[in-house]
Formats: sequence, C-alpha cells, structure tokens
Amino acid sequence: MLARPMLQRLASPRTGGLLALAAVIALLPLALRNSYFYDVAILVGLNAIVCIGLNLLIGYAGQISLGHAGFFGLGAYGSAILASRYGWPPTAALLATTLAVAVLAFIVGRPILRLRGHYLAMATLGLGIIIFMIITTEDKFTGGPDGISVVPFRIGGFVLQGEHIWYWVVGALLLVAVWLALNLIESPAGRALRALHSSEVGAEVVGINAAEHKLMVFVISAVYASVAGSLAAHYSGFVTPGKVAFLHSIELVTMVVFGGLASTFGAVVGAAVLTTLPQLLATFEDYEMMVFGAVMIGTMIFLPRGVVPSLARLFKSRRSAAADGNAEKT
Amino acid sequence: MSLLRVEGLGKKFGGVNAVEDLSFAIAPGAVYSIIGPNGAGKTTLLNLLTGVYRPSAGQILFQEQDLTGRAPYEYARQGIARTFQNLQIFFNMSALENVMVGRYMQERCGLASALLHSPRLARAERACREEAAELMRYVGLQDYLSSVSDAMPYGALKRLEIARALATAPKLMLLDEPAAGLNPTEALELDDLIGRLSDRGVTVVLVEHNMRLVMGVSDQILVLDYGRKLAEGPALTVRNDPKVIEAYLGSAITPETPYGGDVARAVAVAVEMQR
Repeated sequence: MLARPMLQRLASPRTGGLLALAAVIALLPLALRNSYFYDVAILVGLNAIVCIGLNLLIGYAGQISLGHAGFFGLGAYGSAILASRYGWPPTAALLATTLAVAVLAFIVGRPILRLRGHYLAMATLGLGIIIFMIITTEDKFTGGPDGISVVPFRIGGFVLQGEHIWYWVVGALLLVAVWLALNLIESPAGRALRALHSSEVGAEVVGINAAEHKLMVFVISAVYASVAGSLAAHYSGFVTPGKVAFLHSIELVTMVVFGGLASTFGAVVGAAVLTTLPQLLATFEDYEMMVFGAVMIGTMIFLPRGVVPSLARLFKSRRSAAADGNAEKT
Repeated sequence: MSLLRVEGLGKKFGGVNAVEDLSFAIAPGAVYSIIGPNGAGKTTLLNLLTGVYRPSAGQILFQEQDLTGRAPYEYARQGIARTFQNLQIFFNMSALENVMVGRYMQERCGLASALLHSPRLARAERACREEAAELMRYVGLQDYLSSVSDAMPYGALKRLEIARALATAPKLMLLDEPAAGLNPTEALELDDLIGRLSDRGVTVVLVEHNMRLVMGVSDQILVLDYGRKLAEGPALTVRNDPKVIEAYLGSAITPETPYGGDVARAVAVAVEMQR
C-alpha cells in the first residue's frame, strides 16, 4: 500500500533526483585520484551553481542574460575586496556582497527586463561589459588586469583550505542550490515563471504580474552567480578579470543550453560536461577547441533539447513503447 | 447596479478607429453577447476589457471601480477572466498545471515559503491540484487529467482555457469565440457549459460567430460594426433589427428574399458563408 507513493516520490525530481545527486557527490571522491581531480570537481560544482540560477532565468522564465559573468565577478571581487583589503570576516563579506548584488540586479533589472529577445540579450551583454570595464579600470580596489589575492574562507576559528574540504562544502551547497531551485519551480511562483515564458498575456490575465516575476527570477539568478563567485574567489585565493569577461558569460549560457533548458539537473550536467571536457581534450593539444566544437555541434544535433531533457524523453518513449508491447502480448 | 460599465470607450490604431465611442453596461448574472461582422472590433473590445490594450478614450468601470489604464493582471485580480480566440495555452506544462496556474491569485505565497517548500505550501499545492482536477472534470476534460497540453486536440484546448479562466474564481468571464473550430457536438456541449457557468453566478461575455449559440444563450446582445454600437438588446429584438441585417448581408432583407422572412436563419447562413 505504502510502496507505490514511495516509489513515485523516489521517481520525482525533488526527492529522487536530489538523492541521486547526493549519491554522486558522496561517491565521486572514490574516482578522484589526486588534488587536480578535486580541483576540477570543485570548479564543476561552482559553475553548476551559477548555471542552476541562470537556468531559472533562461530555461524557465525564458529571459536571456549574456551578462551573468558580471554578477559572478561582482561576487568574487566584492568578497575579495571586503575580506582581503578591509579585513572583514569572510562570512560578513559574502553576505554584504550578495545583498549588494541583489540590490544592483533589482535596480538594473527593472528597465532591462522590459526588453525582449535580442534587445534583452544586448542590454545584459552591455551590463556585463560595464562591470568588466569597471573591474579592470578601478585598479586601486581591484588590482586591475593583475587581479588580487584573496584570504582563505574561515568561519570563526575554522579555516577552509585544501581541495578536500572545499569539495564537501561546494558539494553541500550544490545540493542546497538544486533543492531551492526545484522548490521554486514547483511553487505557484515557479508555475507563473513557466507560464509567462509560454504566453505572457495568458499569464497576465490570470493575475500574474509578469514584470515582477521576471525581476524576481533575475535577482535570484544574480544571487546564485554572486555566491558562486564569492566562493570561487576564496577557494582559488586569487581573482582576475578573466572570469568577469564576456566569454565567461557565453560559457555559462552554453552550459545551460547544452545540459537542457528548463531542467535543473540539466544545468548541473551541462556544467559538469563543459567544465571537464576541455580538461579531457587536453590530449588533443592544438585540436582541442576543434574537438570541443564538434562535440557541441553533435550534441545539439542529436540531443536538440539539451542532454538531460532529450535523454529523459528518449527513455520515456522507450519505456512506454515497451509497456505497449507487453500490453499487446497479454 | 451593473457589474461592468463602459463609457465612451475608444481605441485607435494609427488613424483607424477599431473601437469608437462605445458605451454599454452588463448586469450581474447575465450572458452578454457581442456580435458583428469580421473586423467589427469584437476582439479589440475584449482586449480593452481585460487591460491587454489601453483605451485611447473612455472609461471602464468594474463594480463602479475605474480600471481604465490598468495592467491585465489588475483586471484579473478584480475578478475578470478570459479565454482567447487564438489559444494562449502554456504548452510547456501539463494540462493540469495549466489550470493550476489559474489558481495563482488564491495560492501565491512569499518567496521564502516557495524556496523552502513550507509545509503550508505543500498542503496548499495538494489542494490546488485537487481543485484543478475538479475544474477539468467540470468542463468535461476528465480524460486529459494526466495529459501533456501539446498533445491535446483543439476542442479540448478550448475547454482547458475555460477551466483555467474558471480557476481564477472570476465574477466576469469573457469568452472569445469559444465555438470557432468546434464540431457540432462540441458546440452543443458548449451551450450547456455556458449555461452552467451562468448558474454558477459567473457573468458571461460571449464573442461568437455561431448564431445558434448566441441566440440560444444570450440575455442581451451588443452588435458592433466598424467599432461602433449598431444595436443592443435581447436576442429577438436584435435579430429583427434591419440595421443588423444590413450590416451582415449588405442590404435589407425582405420576405421576398431567399429563406423567406426567417432573418435569423439568413443571418446564420451569411455568417457561415463569410467564414
């Protein structure tokens, strides 16, 4: 009697997907042979956190952003400057930076999100470039193109240092990030986002304030990026403008699209594949970027909805075909 | 007291008056139909009455409250719901979720509660699911409870929009050509559904070309032509009004014209020919 609802819950993304992700994070260290592997895994986790937020904006609400590296950069530099230059406790620096980024996203999001499609892309692109310019030119605070070093993260007397500790911290935060995103999507606000993605007027006439919801998800996605940026700065102990640049924004969007729009686990898979692939392809040396491009093109041709949604659909139709076959036999 | 009152309403697109100097009032509980030849401004009027378009002139008062110039979601929050002639289904969601979106106003909660999936929200979600399923059964979609919306036939999608609009618990419901594209059986079922909406206490505004449906269910009919009011009144008065007949057929009909004096039938046939 109890078994069926239990099984159904386990098959749902919120319970089942989270458990699966937790299992992967818990078991992965068995395959991580040295600290370099850990380093890549941590990068995957941090990118995944940004992508989960970005996917809420792009995949669910249908609003593009080509400036999210800017928010990532603001998080990184905010933490770096407050904690290293001004000696703030890293936790306080992280919270203050996150709050500041949220406020900034709220203020700039209001006019920007009135735009649609290409125009929104242009505006967010511009925002990212402005942030990049400010960071590279205000060298008194940011160290300019040379970057600045960042003190390790500590909570009270406990110092977070070394790949092993960071792996578990980022892993835990990734789970929290996924859990929050899944909760949001399954809430009335999440349905409102998906609704306005499909038909803005359809959403408005049932009482949804579309502008307010777009702004909300824009702020949430900026906060995800900022927190990941802060953590990345403390983890690597150094920030440079490279991670704030336009190219990084594009990489983030690519991860989201590659993994699958409107799929939270897709965002994680996209981040994982596109972060590790360049490392694996290092053996191709000069041809690395060509192979990378070929993999991207191939994936988008054969899995056009992105890796996770396409495979899920394939699996579903196989299973229902098998079920139909069984039904015919009996 | 009227539920909805419109005074001197106008909408210009460039130099064209899509709706011009229009005034009328809708009594609570009525089925109020808006008819007129293609291009008469019916859908424009519906868009004005739901805030999708901003009027260039005039006022819209709902329960004596001025809603002129407000956003569509504010109209919805006052209790005005609608369906669309060209469907606005959320195709990225299941049929049931489409109706659940309609429960947004009753269900919406704080961001923290949504992010943390509070127990209160979990209970509300279960209740919302039940209510949405109930509404789908109410409009006759019991076979589509677990369907993906993009796999549903046209007639079912039309009902899905009605269920979604009903989910907002409206006082006034605007149906934009609900019978268009339906087969005769489905159109008959729609008759019955509109009757039931009215019994539920929902005031219905019906924009429709299907004259059998309009003449059968309407308490009051407004005839538009070139964005202006041509006639208004009960079905019987309107269908015998020479101005109305002329607007539809181009010239007055006398008992000598085909179909005898049965003007209503002539009007219906003319409308069929137009399509």
